[in-house]
Amino acid sequence: MQAAGAGLFVLGQQELWAQNQTQTVLTGSQFDLQIGEAAFNFTGNRRIGTVMNGQIPGPLLRWREGDTVTLRVANRLAARSSIHWHGMIVPADMDGVPGLSFAGIPSGGEYQYRFKVNQAGTYWYHAHSRFQEQTGLYGPIVIERRGGERFPTERDYVVMLSDWTDLDPERIFAVLKKHSDYYNFGRRTAGDFFADVRKNGLGPTLADRRMWGEMRMNPTDMLDVSGYAYTYLMNGVTPTGNWTGLFSRGEKVRLRFINGSSMSFFDVRIPGLKLTVVATDGVDVEPVSVDEFRIGAAETYDVIVEPKDDRAYTIFAQAMDRSGYARGTLAPSPGMVAEVPALDPRPLLTMSDMGHGGHGSAAPAGQVDHSQMNHGAQAQGAVDHAAMGHESATAIDHAAMGHGASTAVDHAAMGHGTSTAVDHAAMGHGSSTTVEHPATERTPLLDMQVDQPRVGLDDPGVGLRNNGRRVLTYADLRTIGGPIDRREPGREIQLHLTGHMERFVWSFNGQKFSDAKPLKFQLGERLRITLVNDSMMTHPIHLHGMWSEVEDASGNFQVRKHTVNVQPGQKLSYAVTADAPGRWAYHCHLLYHMEAGMMREVHVEPGEGVAGRGGHGDHS
Amino acid sequence: MSALIKLHVALALFAAVVTTAAAQDEQRTESERAHIPPDPPQHEMGDMSEKEMAELMNMDDTAPFGMVAFDQLEWRDSDGGDTLFWDGRAWFGNDYDKALLKTEGERFEGEYEGSVELLWDRVISRWWSLQGGVAHDFGEGPSRTWAAFGLQGLAPYWFEVEALAYVGEQGRTAASFSAEYEMFLTQRLVLQPKLELKLYGKDDPANGIGSGFSSTELGLRLRYEIRREFAPYLGVVWSRKFGETADLARNHGDDADELQLVAGLRVWF
Repeated sequence: MQAAGAGLFVLGQQELWAQNQTQTVLTGSQFDLQIGEAAFNFTGNRRIGTVMNGQIPGPLLRWREGDTVTLRVANRLAARSSIHWHGMIVPADMDGVPGLSFAGIPSGGEYQYRFKVNQAGTYWYHAHSRFQEQTGLYGPIVIERRGGERFPTERDYVVMLSDWTDLDPERIFAVLKKHSDYYNFGRRTAGDFFADVRKNGLGPTLADRRMWGEMRMNPTDMLDVSGYAYTYLMNGVTPTGNWTGLFSRGEKVRLRFINGSSMSFFDVRIPGLKLTVVATDGVDVEPVSVDEFRIGAAETYDVIVEPKDDRAYTIFAQAMDRSGYARGTLAPSPGMVAEVPALDPRPLLTMSDMGHGGHGSAAPAGQVDHSQMNHGAQAQGAVDHAAMGHESATAIDHAAMGHGASTAVDHAAMGHGTSTAVDHAAMGHGSSTTVEHPATERTPLLDMQVDQPRVGLDDPGVGLRNNGRRVLTYADLRTIGGPIDRREPGREIQLHLTGHMERFVWSFNGQKFSDAKPLKFQLGERLRITLVNDSMMTHPIHLHGMWSEVEDASGNFQVRKHTVNVQPGQKLSYAVTADAPGRWAYHCHLLYHMEAGMMREVHVEPGEGVAGRGGHGDHS
Repeated sequence: MSALIKLHVALALFAAVVTTAAAQDEQRTESERAHIPPDPPQHEMGDMSEKEMAELMNMDDTAPFGMVAFDQLEWRDSDGGDTLFWDGRAWFGNDYDKALLKTEGERFEGEYEGSVELLWDRVISRWWSLQGGVAHDFGEGPSRTWAAFGLQGLAPYWFEVEALAYVGEQGRTAASFSAEYEMFLTQRLVLQPKLELKLYGKDDPANGIGSGFSSTELGLRLRYEIRREFAPYLGVVWSRKFGETADLARNHGDDADELQLVAGLRVWF
């Protein structure tokens, strides 16, 4: 290992502060990394974790913008493994997804990753092989900006959040398939019913229970795997272990939050300190001052705090379902602690989260009937149109259209052979507002559809609304420097985030990975992806290889990200410049959702000879 | 002279090009200037079958799962002595298709009576699946074998519902219906009412069965989930026989209706 500094995830000043375990910082341009196994004891039980260089999280890799890095990754596991550099724009064969980028790293084998680092900021790496990420194979990446940080600070810490389990992830997955609500210990009970009756009256309470009962949905389903199975870690340290970062009064401290968890969303705050958010997913944003922010799996947020007092502050990261928390401390000297806040009350999803816009939790049941009954009853023509317009050319779409053998001819006849970019320039700004459910959503493996999703960039999300604190939303995030491409997207792909809670099936457009053909992007094109969340869960969606440039409701550029949270019953659009040739993964970053099928392959290839490129619009 | 003019023109053109380029560069966003697309991959993955890809990824979203569950494994306090009662199922399959083995029955005074069903379960809609297969009833009287088909699913308001019809030898027909519900008193204390009904198309006196609406059973069980998959319970079961079936029971010296205390274990893995 070249130039291994013992920095304990501390950048800037070198602090040597003993933690429960030694975390290292590796710098330079040549890295020798070993994937292996090691014994850990986070909970009182000894368990074997999957590790990078013997640690959980793996060592912090510190690169410099402009350098070419070489990473030799050896696999000492009995199983095939892989490392994906999350958020890094690298050639497809360096992206680390077995089956798409490369063959994976065989047991006892080695793979040499080599790429030029053309970006700066906070990123991370993790395994892309089965549940190896869940069992510990992840670590932070920090890339020094050429010319120095835009927002210099005296201190700089990585705060990596993760969800450790003593259970076998294969067992967790199997249990979810059998009893998907197994880990939910926050269900509404008979006691809650009587409490609601006292609070809201009998009628509204019954109406509320009736609506959820009709849908066969549970408003407390927020995270599939809860604190019942997880011990939440901060930089590999349990809440009791209390990871601590040091500061001197008056200093500016940068905290690079990375959600390296498999299945968890965290709501992060530091009571007593304002958090100035300066970057997300590695990209600088116009500073915005908040009290709290939600971080989805695989997202990163850089925040700057300026502690004015000589006292300890608790970094509190509670799981979205309030079933547990990760905790650490910022303090002037080691060993100091501050009060740990109580978990917030468990939130409940409302009817507006289920896509019944504007209704409170006690909306009349008729509203539910409407949307529930409507779902199978669209006109055939409309459905075909949706299947055609919202997917790029796939065999399944053609089948849905009832076309026979010669699809190329059919498409030419329908006006698809021509340049879609020209057609769609006329579409104007922003996503087309019509949401159409593709024919492939007519599957038993889907439990709800939202007909009128709203764009909720300014919605902090369930459990954070009106909590008395200033909570960050996507509407607050404005990337400094604008988009990487100002062209108006030439076409729009609408993808629905779908699933079935009870059967624990997850998919895009009702199709699991194994059922779906790759999405095709034309090399060089600028396109818009509109994600419609037809489920009651929040999904962090990650497109490999290319940036997701999130737009506001009018199509104006908002923020550049690699992982985008889509809230239940909402839709969200982002523009993508397909400038990364090759095959890429596109998936929900909740690991068990991905393994259950919520993944697609994206194939970026030159435009010549791409038949039947379906666009949105002009074939009516 | 003309050379000078040419130079001028060339310079002017060059300046224009530079200015335009600069203007264009000015228009480009900071991010546009900074973003560098990745090179094409040097080693592309060739085409491979889905199976090969799933193997490399170690990700198979079609993989089957299996489960064994005993909803009821209980002791019943009967007039004539203790009864051991069971109601269990095992399945193996994927999201669409499952092979399902169901069994239900009792052991009373050393005698076993009950049924075993081997069914195929196919998901047909969001909440319902079709089931079809064979059923075999055994007990004191002659055994009966049936072809079985029906529907199983989750009705609105979270009722687990099962309705099966049976066709047997000698023109025998039967039907069964069950519905159950789970009420969470706390996160681990669960009250479960369950209703079962049975109908027969033909008398079968050797098995104590009269035609028509023959029997019903209403159970109320309170379980404590020590773990979700391991829950001891206490409860009461009220059962009642009707019509000819009730007469046959009375002739046999049994009651037509009975209230029993039950204690048991709900387990699955």
